[in-house]
Amino acid sequence: MNAIATSLTARAFRIGRRIFSRPRIDLPLAIALLLLAAAGLTVLYSASNLDTGTLVGQAARFLIGAVLLVAVSRIPPNLLRAWTPYFYVIGLLLLVVVKVHGEGQGANRWLNLGVFRFQPSELMKLAMPMMIAWYLHPRQLPPRWRDLVVAGVLIGLPAFLIVKQPDLGTALLVVASGVFVLFLAGLQWWKIGAAFVGLAAAAPVAWHFMHDYQRQRIVTFLHPENDPLGSGWHILQSMIAVGSGGIFGKGFNQGTQSKLEFLPEHTTDFIFAVLGEEFGLIGVLVLLALYAFIVGRCLWIAANARDTYSRLVAGAFGLAFMVYVIVNGGMISGLLPVVGVPLPLVSYGGTSAITLLAGFGVVMSIHAHRKWTP
Amino acid sequence: MNGRDELPDERAKRARFGRRALAGFAIMLALVLVVAGRFVFLQVFEHTEYSTQAKANRVRLKHLPPPRGLIYDREGKLLADNVPAFRLDVVPDKIKHMDAMLHRLSAVVPLTADDIQRFNQSLKQHHAFEAVPLKFRLTESERDRFAVDQWQFPGVSITPYLTRNYPYGAAFAHVVGYVGRIDEKELQHLDPDRYAGTTHIGKTGLEKEYENLLHGTPGYEVVEVNANQRPLRVLQRVPAKPGKNLYLTIDERLQKATIDAFDGQTGAAVAIDPRNGDVLAMVTVPSFDPNLFVNGISQADYAALLENPEKPLLNRAMRGGNPPGSTVKPFLGLGGLELGLRSPDTTVLSTGTWYIPGSSHGSRGYRDDTRWGAGRVDLIQAITQSVNTYFYSLAYQMGIGRFDEWMAKFGFGSPTGIDLPGETGGVLPSPEWKRKTFKQPWYPGETVIAGIGQGYWMVTPLQLAHALATLADGGLAHTPHLLAATSDGLGTQDIPHKQPPPEQLTHDPADLEAVKQGMLGVVYNPLGTAYQAGIGKGFPYLIAGKTGTAERYSRTTEAYNNDKNLKYLAERHRAWFIAYTPANHPQIAVAVMLEHGAWGGSAAAPIARKMLDQWLADTPPSERPPIPVTAVANAPSAATPKTP
Repeated sequence: MNAIATSLTARAFRIGRRIFSRPRIDLPLAIALLLLAAAGLTVLYSASNLDTGTLVGQAARFLIGAVLLVAVSRIPPNLLRAWTPYFYVIGLLLLVVVKVHGEGQGANRWLNLGVFRFQPSELMKLAMPMMIAWYLHPRQLPPRWRDLVVAGVLIGLPAFLIVKQPDLGTALLVVASGVFVLFLAGLQWWKIGAAFVGLAAAAPVAWHFMHDYQRQRIVTFLHPENDPLGSGWHILQSMIAVGSGGIFGKGFNQGTQSKLEFLPEHTTDFIFAVLGEEFGLIGVLVLLALYAFIVGRCLWIAANARDTYSRLVAGAFGLAFMVYVIVNGGMISGLLPVVGVPLPLVSYGGTSAITLLAGFGVVMSIHAHRKWTP
Repeated sequence: MNGRDELPDERAKRARFGRRALAGFAIMLALVLVVAGRFVFLQVFEHTEYSTQAKANRVRLKHLPPPRGLIYDREGKLLADNVPAFRLDVVPDKIKHMDAMLHRLSAVVPLTADDIQRFNQSLKQHHAFEAVPLKFRLTESERDRFAVDQWQFPGVSITPYLTRNYPYGAAFAHVVGYVGRIDEKELQHLDPDRYAGTTHIGKTGLEKEYENLLHGTPGYEVVEVNANQRPLRVLQRVPAKPGKNLYLTIDERLQKATIDAFDGQTGAAVAIDPRNGDVLAMVTVPSFDPNLFVNGISQADYAALLENPEKPLLNRAMRGGNPPGSTVKPFLGLGGLELGLRSPDTTVLSTGTWYIPGSSHGSRGYRDDTRWGAGRVDLIQAITQSVNTYFYSLAYQMGIGRFDEWMAKFGFGSPTGIDLPGETGGVLPSPEWKRKTFKQPWYPGETVIAGIGQGYWMVTPLQLAHALATLADGGLAHTPHLLAATSDGLGTQDIPHKQPPPEQLTHDPADLEAVKQGMLGVVYNPLGTAYQAGIGKGFPYLIAGKTGTAERYSRTTEAYNNDKNLKYLAERHRAWFIAYTPANHPQIAVAVMLEHGAWGGSAAAPIARKMLDQWLADTPPSERPPIPVTAVANAPSAATPKTP
């Protein structure tokens, strides 16, 4: 009996391995992503008040993303690298188009493609590290001054367009994904330190150019209690949701803060608070561990990649992915000001999930083509 | 792993990247740990605090005001009722431009300046998210009109509520009193928990006196609400405990008969059961409709009440007072006997004028009502004929000190202690009182006129009825009271209201007997001051009474006024009549005061008789004392009552 079971398990394992090894997908990363998607759908289902439509919609996006992931993973990195400038330029053009024709609440962020709405700035989160990596690939590393200036322009152009949407949060994340490439390319530590000092000095200038609502967010972040019913509402209600969850949480579909609509945006930007309320500290730590594992795996794949381009893309994508999580977690727990950053693969939203899964497709491709092949 | 295939340069790049990737991962991990630490802080250390806040977010306490206790007369007739009504409520939070909204609203539901002023006042007493009543007791058409246009007025709603109603209107306005909206001053003294959700409070009368019993205990609902404060479900419900129902000693039929007996004249009357101090009737006419005050009286109505020369808002039965005149004589006579100054047989010569002994000839004389006096009279005759001389000399003999001490025992000069707010004690003239009030010394002549109830004397009908009831019940003083019993509503036992123990004021029944004989003479002796009024005629029981005619203004001349016309006298006089019956088993004692009565016997006595008739009609034969055969046969004769 036992022997049969063992042989059956071994057989199933072999079959599974063959399926995943044919498109040469990294099994640990794939399993982690599947777990994350499952967790995300579970929380989303609860956060949407058990709305099947939302659940099915999101699952469909995951499916599209998964197909894209497998498809992209079959494309060799060389080819991806060759396409990168076009990808980047298309992204840039879409940002211009969205500036002219876009729609959204108070900001032009979306393009209506008929079937679904499309957020070009999300696309840039993937195009940006690919472009900088493309630029640095043939060049000597660590990057020299001239390369830094070119990279600065390549980063600054889309960032400027996204800031003008206006969407400061996404712009910062797009900039971060570009900067991570420079960091991984070996940018000297003293230059990094100098950049931080320079940014700190430029903060008052930035304040001057900010929109009123952006300033308001920062003021509110610093003193949410001043205006508990107004702009401090988001932060306060989110902290109440998380704090009231305790260690073990209130249980699936039992979160009063989200159920009774005290928690705003509870299917999108603030979904992490729903998780914190219903699944408690345990749920939060498990999710953070899952994210950390995924990022670690990305970096491991990057470290074993074949060429500079592959290393930089996979590494920067992984680090940026982690930053999304940190910024979103910091935002809903009151550590950071409210910026519209979704929790990757958990928040409801199409472009983000599909783009991210396509990005993981690139990482899978890098993993699959790590061996030197002429 | 693939090192063998790589160029040395590629190997260096890979190593450098590995270091950087590790550094990047370390930084990310550190940041993740910071975020995780933040979650630990919120979810472990601050958990209790945020749990409380989450609960405060979703749970609202909704107060359920208790229904006010009902008030019944002694026969169970409803004197104060709660009736369903509708009011307009406004939640200030939801109104952007209050003045503009009120302006638009007044086109749909008429709002008076009074309504708006009161509303603005109560706005200050409520939180912005609490509903504030704008207009009470909407009519059906107002309700219909508003219902049609309600969509135009977010934050304004129609709320059903129970409002106080006084079915007998003016008849009990001065006894039951009325409730009104809680004002700012009252709010400061109220227990906010007990009065949460309550809009009205007892303002006068029994409504005020027994506010604590009538109010009840509020209940509450714990309601779960969403972020828009919309109630989703009731988590817990503790029903309100209604206030206690009050059963009064007062009798609606006697009250009404008394009011009818006054026939539009101004005055007051009180009827007390001498056996226990139950107040059977307490009438002040004219009166007012207490229902006007419940939801705020209009300026015009209030001004009309204030400007009425007959002062309908004044509770004459127990406030202010008038000189009692000759009605004090039975009490003074009793004092003479009890203090051993005189015996029932002691006679005094009435010559028409009495002088203070030892005063020089030509000094002021004190007059009898008849020019040549009544001759030699004992106490019985003195009461029957109301002979001033007898009481001038008795008061003088007693001295003001003993006089005051004795009279005070019967409750003169201080409130009777009835369970109503605002009772005044009148004035029992005394040297101390005069010194305090006028900063003047006391003159012996003032003692003399105090003996016939004139001078500084002030007595309320309630005080006189109480003193008379004490006299009728063998000198046993019961505190007059209106509340007989309380109950918690249908199906529960009535709880008798505890009364203070009675106090025995006299010691010799023979003394009381003599006074009673004098008072019977008032009614039945042809020389009696009330004989002419014929109030004993056709009544099956003996009536003991005493007339009183008090002067509103002091006499300016020594001349007699008998030839003045009645209208002139009526303007100057207060007519009193006090009586109790059955004389041998007293069950009711009444005091009637008529503000414009010419003479006590002719004007006030018939009102008292009508009250006694009603008492007779009210009291079932089984509860009446046996009718003495001789009394029935001979009641109208003058001689019979004198031989009990």
